[in-house]
Amino acid sequence: MTTLPSQSSPPAWALEIENLRKSYGSGFEALKGIDLKVREGDFFALLGPNGAGKSTILGIVCSLVNKSSGKVRVFGHDIDTDLAAAKLNLGVVPQEFNFNQFEKVFDIVTTQAGYYGIPLSKARESAEHYLKKLGLWEKKDDPARMLSGGMKRRLMIARALVHNPRILILDEPTAGVDIELRRSMWTFLEEMNRNGTTIILTTHYLEEAEALCRNIAIIDHGRIVRHTSKKELLTQLRMETFVLDAEQALTEAPELDGFVTRLDGEGALEVEVEKGQGLNEVFAQLDRKDIRVLSMRTKANRLEELFLRMVEDNNNRRDEEVIQ
Amino acid sequence: MSPSAVLTAFLTIVLREIRRFTRIWPQTLLPPAVTMCLYFVIFGNLIGSRIGPMEGFDYMSFIVPGLIMMAVITNSYSNVVSSFFSMKFQRSIEELLVSPTPNWAILAGYVAGGMARGLGVGVIVTLLSLAFTRLQIHNLPMIVLTVFLTSALFSLGGFINAMLATKFDDISIVPTFILTPLTYLGGVFYSIQMLPDFWRSVSMVNPILYMVNAFRYGILGVSDVNPYVALGMILVFITVLAVVSLRMLQRGKGIRS
Ligand SMILES: Nc1ncnc2c1ncn2[C@@H]1O[C@H](COP(=O)(O)OP(=O)(O)OP(=O)(O)O)[C@@H](O)[C@H]1O
Ligand SMILES: [Mg+2]
Repeated sequence: MTTLPSQSSPPAWALEIENLRKSYGSGFEALKGIDLKVREGDFFALLGPNGAGKSTILGIVCSLVNKSSGKVRVFGHDIDTDLAAAKLNLGVVPQEFNFNQFEKVFDIVTTQAGYYGIPLSKARESAEHYLKKLGLWEKKDDPARMLSGGMKRRLMIARALVHNPRILILDEPTAGVDIELRRSMWTFLEEMNRNGTTIILTTHYLEEAEALCRNIAIIDHGRIVRHTSKKELLTQLRMETFVLDAEQALTEAPELDGFVTRLDGEGALEVEVEKGQGLNEVFAQLDRKDIRVLSMRTKANRLEELFLRMVEDNNNRRDEEVIQ
Repeated sequence: MSPSAVLTAFLTIVLREIRRFTRIWPQTLLPPAVTMCLYFVIFGNLIGSRIGPMEGFDYMSFIVPGLIMMAVITNSYSNVVSSFFSMKFQRSIEELLVSPTPNWAILAGYVAGGMARGLGVGVIVTLLSLAFTRLQIHNLPMIVLTVFLTSALFSLGGFINAMLATKFDDISIVPTFILTPLTYLGGVFYSIQMLPDFWRSVSMVNPILYMVNAFRYGILGVSDVNPYVALGMILVFITVLAVVSLRMLQRGKGIRS
């Protein structure tokens, strides 16, 4: 008899990374001891600036890059000792196009299924399912090079899913994809996630991480700067900047007690509000100065601000290290 | 992976390879057919009639086994070297690297793909040769064994070449500067009995000579070398190259950073 896991026990670890290091052949140390854990069913984002090491991490997990040291486990399967089992659980969408440009769309996807040991008839079924879901069925007999950039990316998603992996890894899936398509990809990924697939993605679009993900790791210069839930990150933001458009043109920023104010380039008023300060006070003071506010919005993306701040902190710390 | 899953993966690679070389047949199947017809006409018919018999056979009959072997060798080699290198170049090799297909099955798949083309071209060339001469069969098992093993051996050679290559030039260096000379000097067009002692000894270190002669023995029953020694040698070479290829795949130099 098997016992079902109790409702309260947390889901298994889909991915565990311990003290992962990577030095490339040139001697460049791209990863300097990464620790990362992702639970089954999670929607996880790896954020970081260009060259931070995101693709290197994913490359190691997917056997495209050899690690220098450290441990990687996929659903408990160590990639050093139990690689095939680990690989069966993974589906990979790389950052760069890496299919044979001359092969037909349908062949690319069914062939990939074959590499996972799926017999041809099943492979065809699965390929048809995902190509239809990703809106590529009409293109199935075209050579891959005839697809548009967005279609090529969707082709790679179909290819990654054809063996129904439990973890889907996407390295910047929406790079170079227009807004409409990006939204439909988000919907698709959310649906996959709801149906139980663990999703790990890297992205430069912070709104993407904010919209989709539950947990986030921020990486910079080969180190994890932060590894927490999105909610936690957001509540940590003390400052939020609001942009107010006043009825009359402002020539200089009014001084508001307890708030930092300034004018932006177009004459709108920017007010920095600390968490818990409340906005009523801002409006009361503006009222007293006879400034009528027509509209208001938050400036930029909050996660983006936080992100920049963290990367900056990390850089400062690195500078200190260099000085010592 | 279960054995049947590995088999599926292996067959997937082989089928993809066959799809590739049949899709581009004007580059892969047609040229050897044309070249071989030229050889048959020029060396066999036009010049051959003036050369007279070689080891008791008319010149045409003598060179046909060698020419078939030459087609098998070059096509097995170039199929694997160009297919694997272009996978490496386009990075579609990553499709295999992320999959659970074991390295030995990947290697076997490519070798079988190279053999499919090498042997396929061998059959085409053999059929064409029937228009010029009558083929006899002296020792069928010897024919089959030699041609299969040789094809496997040169497929492995092509694989190693592709693993080592970093640019397109690298995949034509070996065929042009090593394979072609060795084949031409490997007793395709003459019996080494005709050579002076010194050159005969030199020829004896050319492995292709053994394969051509073993194959010719299977067809005509004549050979400059002991065909069984030749078979043994091919087997030794296959083992060595297979071990080297597998090592290279495992280390992943040039395909994994
Ligand atoms: N094959 C390689 N050889 C040498 N250095 C490399 C190699 N691949 C990556 N690097 C270096 O390792 C560092 C991390 O690269 P990586 O591709 O992991 O960054 P990333 O976070 O994915 O960046 P991006 O957002 O631009 O994709 C970079 O400094 C890069 O130059
Ligand atoms: Mg990257």
